[in-house]
Amino acid sequence: MSLVLITTLITSAISALLAGAIVLIDSFVNNYGLVKITINKRKTIEVKGGSPLLFTLASQGIFIPSACGGRGSCGVCKVKVLTDVGAYLPTETPYISKEQMKENIRLSCQVKVKKNLEIEIPDELLYAKKFKAIVEKIKNVTYDIKELTLQLIEPQTIDFKAGQYVQLSIPPYGKIDQITQRAYSISSVPSQKNKIELLIRLVPGGAATTYVHNYMKEKEIIEFTGPFGEFYVRETDATMICVAGGSGMAPIKSIIFDLYEKGTSNREIWYFFGARSLKDLFYVDMFKDLEKKWNNFHFVPALSNPLPEDNWNGETGLITDVLDKYLKNKIEKSKPKEGYLCGSPGMINACIQVMKTNGIPEEKIYYDKFA
Amino acid sequence: MNINPVVLFFASVFTSNILLTNFLGMCSYISISKDLNSSNGLGMAVTFVMTVTTVLNWFVYHYIIVPFGLDYLRYIIFIIVIAAVVQILEMVIDRISPSLYMTLGIFLPLITVNCAILGVTLFMQLRNYSLLQSLFYGLGSGLGWWLAIILLAAIRKKIDNAPAPAGLKGTGLTFITIGIMAMAFIGFSGMIRVQ
Ligand code: FES
Repeated sequence: MSLVLITTLITSAISALLAGAIVLIDSFVNNYGLVKITINKRKTIEVKGGSPLLFTLASQGIFIPSACGGRGSCGVCKVKVLTDVGAYLPTETPYISKEQMKENIRLSCQVKVKKNLEIEIPDELLYAKKFKAIVEKIKNVTYDIKELTLQLIEPQTIDFKAGQYVQLSIPPYGKIDQITQRAYSISSVPSQKNKIELLIRLVPGGAATTYVHNYMKEKEIIEFTGPFGEFYVRETDATMICVAGGSGMAPIKSIIFDLYEKGTSNREIWYFFGARSLKDLFYVDMFKDLEKKWNNFHFVPALSNPLPEDNWNGETGLITDVLDKYLKNKIEKSKPKEGYLCGSPGMINACIQVMKTNGIPEEKIYYDKFA
Repeated sequence: MNINPVVLFFASVFTSNILLTNFLGMCSYISISKDLNSSNGLGMAVTFVMTVTTVLNWFVYHYIIVPFGLDYLRYIIFIIVIAAVVQILEMVIDRISPSLYMTLGIFLPLITVNCAILGVTLFMQLRNYSLLQSLFYGLGSGLGWWLAIILLAAIRKKIDNAPAPAGLKGTGLTFITIGIMAMAFIGFSGMIRVQ
């Protein structure tokens, strides 16, 4: 008995002594003091040194998108570090190309903050936050698209520009044991600050969309970060040509209703919405109503493969053909135009071609591609 | 054992090199020796840990383990001491040379389980070295390990550019090189007896 006691005691005493020594040494060796991080040459924050950049920034409310939670395995958390922070770590090199190395792009979860740093991040990230929300409503708008309404709990309001997106955190479920993060455009208007609405189309085999479609329940609490994105309306007088397909509806809906609310009357707005057949079409009545109330807005839904039972008497054909026809015959030629596109990469590329041949300069075409 | 500490020192660097005669500490030896700079850094780190832990463990052995009759616990106690020293070393390297810290990567914490280090401590205890002998033996073995790794790194650098059969390139040639190096070192082994 006493043998066990002595053994435990002595081993613990030695360990405690050594642990004490480590703590003592740690407190002065690892004390980097306060360091300054200058972001985009504009904002300077003072933080305690010693932790990875990703977490240091997050502690200051600046959220760099990250899909693996700082384990260096997703390569999403890239940040441009202008100060020399030493050579690339073996954990970084697989995710950073030669060109990015020349620009000093680093994985923020692998770079430790040890001295004053100067970094560059997309401006929007400076304003992105983490939100907690309750799933208020899940509604089918078509057989494969759901409209999700999220009521914000904390913080209670969100400021965003119509057209931007948020990153939804999907909790682990079924065989998926990690948090999945996916980006979805906000489809509600910015003036509604305590709720956001997302349109989510079921991608067969997609981890996040499967969750939303099959597992998510109303009243459940969910987290997201945002807002992100460069897709928003430029303030000019140019005629807006908006084209969307499927859940590409989301940002465009937000943009159009935002402009309507603001009482925009100086610019003409055309919205082409492409779908295969009637069952893929949604929100048509909503936009038809808007068209009646608002003189400068025109809504053109088009079906590429209308079924006989659809009794469709609107536009038919590929959205690019319809777009081409309208640009040539119906839309005033003399006015400058801007393109706003959201949909699959294939659709977007095809629309850009049509717009260019109809004289819309490429730099005036803004889009949000989802792959 | 009554060996002059200075003799013991030279013996542990050359004739009884811990790495090349006892083949302890091989894994980091082979993987880090690709690059001269990090070999140098690791050599330094191993030398430091070896010297410090051999001396510390000497005290621990003679003042704690023996008086309390804890001989059966010596492995675990020795390892705890080594782990603590490595932990401290890691913090210090991270602070003074982050780039070395990064290149050593996983091998720095792995010094904890580097068998050469525990080996030196155990030999020290087994052969009943005095404090001074332990100090010189620890330091000598560390320097010997360091010497062996930079020699290998230098040789590998040459070999990399040599026209070698494809199948032998890399680890194959490294093993052969280590073998020849070991033979060269063992060549001295009759000159001084340390055990
Ligand atoms: S957060 Fe995933 S790699 Fe940095």
